Amino acid sequence: MFNLSLQELLQHLINGLTLGAIYALIALGYTMVYGILKFINFAHGEILMVGTFISLAVYNVLCSTATSGMMIIVFFIISIIIAMISSGLLGVVIEKIAYKPLRNASRLAPLLSAIGVSIILTNLAQIIFGTKDQRFAYPYNNDPFNLFGISITPTHILTIIVSLFLMVILKFFIDKTKLGKAMRATSENKRIAALMGINVDFIVSLTFAIGSSLAAVAGILYALDYKAKSTMGLLIGLKAFIAAVIGGIGNITGAMLGGLLLGLLETIGFRLFEILVVSIYSIFGKSITGIPLGLKHMVAFSMLILILLIKPSGILGKNVREKV
Amino acid sequence: MLNLLIIVLIYICLFCILSLSLNLIAGYTGLLSLCHASFMSIGAYTTAIIMTKFNADFLLVLLLSGILASFFGIIIGLPTLRLKGDYLAIATLGFGEIVVNIIINWESLTRGARGIHDIPTAKIFNYRLMPKDAGILSKVIYFLLILIFLVLTYAFISKIIKSRFGRALEAIREDEIAAVSMGINITKYKVFSFAIGAFFAGIAGSLFSIYFLSISPGNFTFNISIMILCIVVLGGMGNNFASILGALIVVPAYYIPQLLNIPFIPPQFNQIIFGLILVLMMIFRPQGLLGRKKPDFERIIKRKSFFIRSR
Amino acid sequence: MTLIYTKKLRKEFGGVVALDDVDLCIEKGSITGLIGPNGAGKTTLFNNITGLDKPTSGMVFFNEKNITGVSPYKITRCGIARTFQNIRLFKEMTVLENIMIGRHFKSSHISFSNNRSLNALIGFFNIKKEENDIYRTSKKWLSFFNLDNFHDELAKNLPYGRQKELEIARALATDPEILFLDEPAAGLNPKETDELMKLITKINELGITIFLIEHDMKLIMNISQKVIVLNYGKKIAEGTPNKIQNDPVVIEAYLGKEE
Repeated sequence: MFNLSLQELLQHLINGLTLGAIYALIALGYTMVYGILKFINFAHGEILMVGTFISLAVYNVLCSTATSGMMIIVFFIISIIIAMISSGLLGVVIEKIAYKPLRNASRLAPLLSAIGVSIILTNLAQIIFGTKDQRFAYPYNNDPFNLFGISITPTHILTIIVSLFLMVILKFFIDKTKLGKAMRATSENKRIAALMGINVDFIVSLTFAIGSSLAAVAGILYALDYKAKSTMGLLIGLKAFIAAVIGGIGNITGAMLGGLLLGLLETIGFRLFEILVVSIYSIFGKSITGIPLGLKHMVAFSMLILILLIKPSGILGKNVREKV
Repeated sequence: MLNLLIIVLIYICLFCILSLSLNLIAGYTGLLSLCHASFMSIGAYTTAIIMTKFNADFLLVLLLSGILASFFGIIIGLPTLRLKGDYLAIATLGFGEIVVNIIINWESLTRGARGIHDIPTAKIFNYRLMPKDAGILSKVIYFLLILIFLVLTYAFISKIIKSRFGRALEAIREDEIAAVSMGINITKYKVFSFAIGAFFAGIAGSLFSIYFLSISPGNFTFNISIMILCIVVLGGMGNNFASILGALIVVPAYYIPQLLNIPFIPPQFNQIIFGLILVLMMIFRPQGLLGRKKPDFERIIKRKSFFIRSR
Repeated sequence: MTLIYTKKLRKEFGGVVALDDVDLCIEKGSITGLIGPNGAGKTTLFNNITGLDKPTSGMVFFNEKNITGVSPYKITRCGIARTFQNIRLFKEMTVLENIMIGRHFKSSHISFSNNRSLNALIGFFNIKKEENDIYRTSKKWLSFFNLDNFHDELAKNLPYGRQKELEIARALATDPEILFLDEPAAGLNPKETDELMKLITKINELGITIFLIEHDMKLIMNISQKVIVLNYGKKIAEGTPNKIQNDPVVIEAYLGKEE
């Protein structure tokens, strides 16, 4: 019945952790912005996409002059840094222009504005970078090596290490530094934080900058294995947002947890679901080989509906009640 | 030239129906629904599937499409009852993606991503319509048919809005806690709002099917949902006439360049305009071009009704 | 007769006990006051009776009927109406519309038949009559509060004091047996508070029981027949205004112990 070997399970585990790490990095941006402004930055996915394309452009341009493998790796790192900076800037600019004027408006207004921004970005990217999918050539030899029968690529390792590194730095920054404390205070209560002398506008900009640059890194890591396209922002962004909700929106650890969880659910979880479906079909005498891979995306959406039904504040979230 | 005019008019009418129905959900009840195109797709696919398999009278199929879309409206309405604005928006977005996903993957029913392209023309009271390409006259007939349904939709929605039903919806939008403390059954009205809004979206989808005789998942994307939302926001949320106005502005702007094949305007340009409309409207005129219309009670109660009983 | 009584009403938020086994009763036709230091649980008590919050344990009875944990809209339909500490008007709607919302659930009782759904269906074809009835009744309340001139004004544009009156008008439009007022005098100057006192008395004379939370001692002591005192979620005293004002436990709660 269960034709799932330990090896396949471990393979899915690696894939899931890698994917989950990417989701986690993106989810952090959503959760930090929500924590401070109680607002879902709908355009976060598009900022990710722009960062990815910028890095791609820089990388391709630089690499045309590369003469050695070492240079390619250096150029890769440079392109990542440039992408992080530009995404961070983009996030700050968008906030100042499209969100800040609406801070005191109805709940709907900033959301609709964010939707507008995301549409503008997606279509601008299509005009500038074209509608075709773009490949991110590996800056290193991506041949997988075999470890206990599971194949691990250098990209897997890179993704997990880089994500872990960034998340640890972020956690340290938030928990141990003065600026991080200011961010936490602002997300608790914006008004009081301002009264305490915290420059709320600066904190908000900082939050957007950090979230956006992390997203750029995530986008690049994603584009290495998959493709970069102008519409990637919507799907990945949405899924990462769902991950943030699952973990508990507004909660940094929750975003990391939610991201990893979603990554694992989309790989291991989906495979287990597939086995279940095949088994059920065979009980009824019909044999199917599997379920369409396209249904993988449903995992995220189904989890969203589930968590919103059971515990909307997420796994690690607190129940914030509206004061009557 | 006349051809172009009629096609644009038909698009306008369809989007009017769509925006009126979204206005009910988002404008009046304040439920930001980002999956309106999905309700439309359910109506469209229901019509397409039934008509390619059976030889049914179109009016029956139309009704069925609306009802099925309405049913899905209830399905999305119920679990999202307790959700606040942003969460609700994302949930509807997720729902929309689920519907698209199912349509693409359930090949045996919907022929997947390819779509259904051999829809037979509609049969109304045993009179079979000619396909739209059969000439100007047949296009005009379709336009009139769709216009009739637009008028019916407008009349129905206007009527229920001008009553305590509409007031209850607006109360829910303004302040749920206050509304519930005034004895309004919020659950019932939110679900009703979704059900009715989805119903008319399904109708629009059904009309789309029998006019174009060819549908695919790409006709009902998230972009379409956004376009409908844009129309509602531009016109003014919570104002029926404004939804019509919005459609009159947005639809020609979107489709005329496409239909005329203007070479140097890429299709993305239209989308960028939409995005800008959303952002700018929210910053400078969130109530839309027309804003909410204050009800004129003297007019509403002026004529005595049929069934009035003396007290 | 007792209109409302609670039995060991308890509300806990995680580890915090907001209501600590509160037993109280409110007599029909009376004006009962509820006082206590900030954070004592007064609004929480309101919320737990009116259904906006579900008690952790304990029971609430209205007209001998157990209404514990019932949905708030149903409780309002039973005859309990309320106002809010931070005014909750329907801001983008007109003054008249706000009051008309109070009449909302009354309309399905316009008697075409005994069946509410049938009424609703007939109502669809008979919107004009429904609206007529709602309109006329709402206008009466408009006049009662002297808000006639504002009927077409958006609620958010009203001066603060008038907004508070509108909220009361809206609550009264539901034809309640009892009206819960949550700090109706907050933000009012002494003259306005006097007017409020007269208004509450006028409403009470219509036969409507009043239960009000207030910090303005002059208002409460002058108008209430009975005062209940809450502190840290517990009822610490109950009685006539005179008795309460001289109760050492109450004084201690507000002013602290004498060193």
